[in-house]
Amino acid sequence: MKPAAFEYHAPRTVDDALALLDAHGDDAKVLAGGQSLVPLMNMRLARPGVVVDINRVAALDYLTLGGGALRIGALCRQRTVERSALAAEHCPLLRDAVRLVGHVQIRNRGTVVGSLAHADPAAEMTAALTLLGGEVTATGPGGERTIPADELFVSYLTTSLDPRELITEARFPVLPAGAGWSWTEIARRHGDFALVGVGVVLTVRGGVIADARIALTGVGPTPVRAARAERALVGAAPGDARWGEAAEAVRAEIEPDDDIHASAAYRRHVAGVLTQRALAEAHGRAREAA
Amino acid sequence: MAVRKVTLRINGKTYTGRAEPRKLLTDFIREDCGLTGTHVGCEHGVCGACTILLDGEAVRSCLLFAVQAEGAELATVEGLADGDRLHPIQQAYQDHHALQCGFCTPGFLMTTLALLRDTPQLTETEIREALAGNLCRCTGYQHIVAAVAAAAEALASGAHPDAYPPFARPAGHAASRRRTADPARKERERSAANDRRTSGAASKRRPRQS
Repeated sequence: MKPAAFEYHAPRTVDDALALLDAHGDDAKVLAGGQSLVPLMNMRLARPGVVVDINRVAALDYLTLGGGALRIGALCRQRTVERSALAAEHCPLLRDAVRLVGHVQIRNRGTVVGSLAHADPAAEMTAALTLLGGEVTATGPGGERTIPADELFVSYLTTSLDPRELITEARFPVLPAGAGWSWTEIARRHGDFALVGVGVVLTVRGGVIADARIALTGVGPTPVRAARAERALVGAAPGDARWGEAAEAVRAEIEPDDDIHASAAYRRHVAGVLTQRALAEAHGRAREAA
Repeated sequence: MAVRKVTLRINGKTYTGRAEPRKLLTDFIREDCGLTGTHVGCEHGVCGACTILLDGEAVRSCLLFAVQAEGAELATVEGLADGDRLHPIQQAYQDHHALQCGFCTPGFLMTTLALLRDTPQLTETEIREALAGNLCRCTGYQHIVAAVAAAAEALASGAHPDAYPPFARPAGHAASRRRTADPARKERERSAANDRRTSGAASKRRPRQS
């Protein structure tokens, strides 16, 4: 037996799941895909007294389009998004990013919403939500509330969720018509957590950048928007010189940490390189779409 | 801690046992069902040795609790061979020396099974990416990649109509189903075509070990 003993519940409805979270509070953990939680439990870094397994809450297993966003229920597997024609058509950024989450065996179980709730600082899903300006619905004892991405992620593995709340849905806004996108990252092996990942959404109108969004993962405790680089791009004519300037702006505004995988200086350097590549790729796609 | 009754099917056969909620599915398969072909490696989702099919999809059985698999249809390495006759994937691994100590092999075989079922034609890069979740400390992978490519060819020849028994397919995945009727497959083909179109640029932009 690897994990410490726990009390196990497998509710079939959201209400039953919420009642369990309400009753057990801090002592309970929600189990969805389990691809982050179970390793932590196997190593006894996490020892929840109660596990609320939501895998039998069928109402949370959906992927639909509505309200200008891809709506992803808490039980929707990453692999479902990867294979989804809907995601490929309306949210290709998310589709490209999800393919780099772990390995196929991980994505077959892992959920998009679970990745958001876990909030690993090098995750793809958190940065994609931040990049696209998405939001989640958190459901708790007081009912539902909407949390925008920039208010959801607080720090390393920390969100603004109350322990009695469950993220029931995440909404990733669809790409605007004509926008180009890119998700690019550096990892030591395919499927590993990114050392640095960069996502870009770029809209060009009349030869001028009308909107630019840049978000990074792996360079701080939460995913970050590169606001200074974005501002420098809007109103400018697209081109290699612009991408170079944006890369410098990104390097100046991020504060990555050292860890065993890469130094802060290396991460900063790579963040700039990836920003340039992502902008060029997004621009190419925007041109194709125009 | 309350012990629960767990009933599931493995390779088409029903097994019932009793498990504490914290018992990993890997251990349940090995200790309670007596099927020791599924190996326990890292026990935290990194090495892939414990890969099985759960309702047709490749998963790490060390990241599931046995109680979660109540009512599930599992496929393990024991379900591959037909008596003494090796499954075409096993045969390809043997022919290409794709194993030395063999510890990781059950996980590789099950990953390969789901891979080739879903994607009968693959490039070498696609094979390497698909195998990235399984670690082998002996072979250096070259022989494994060669074996998967050979198995893909053998299976594509149509000489092995029973290569994917019902317990190795997702629910509702009929063997006779026409390929074009599967929207997910169409999508995969489309994205594969896209990948091929951009692969030159992508490989320059995204250095990977694979």
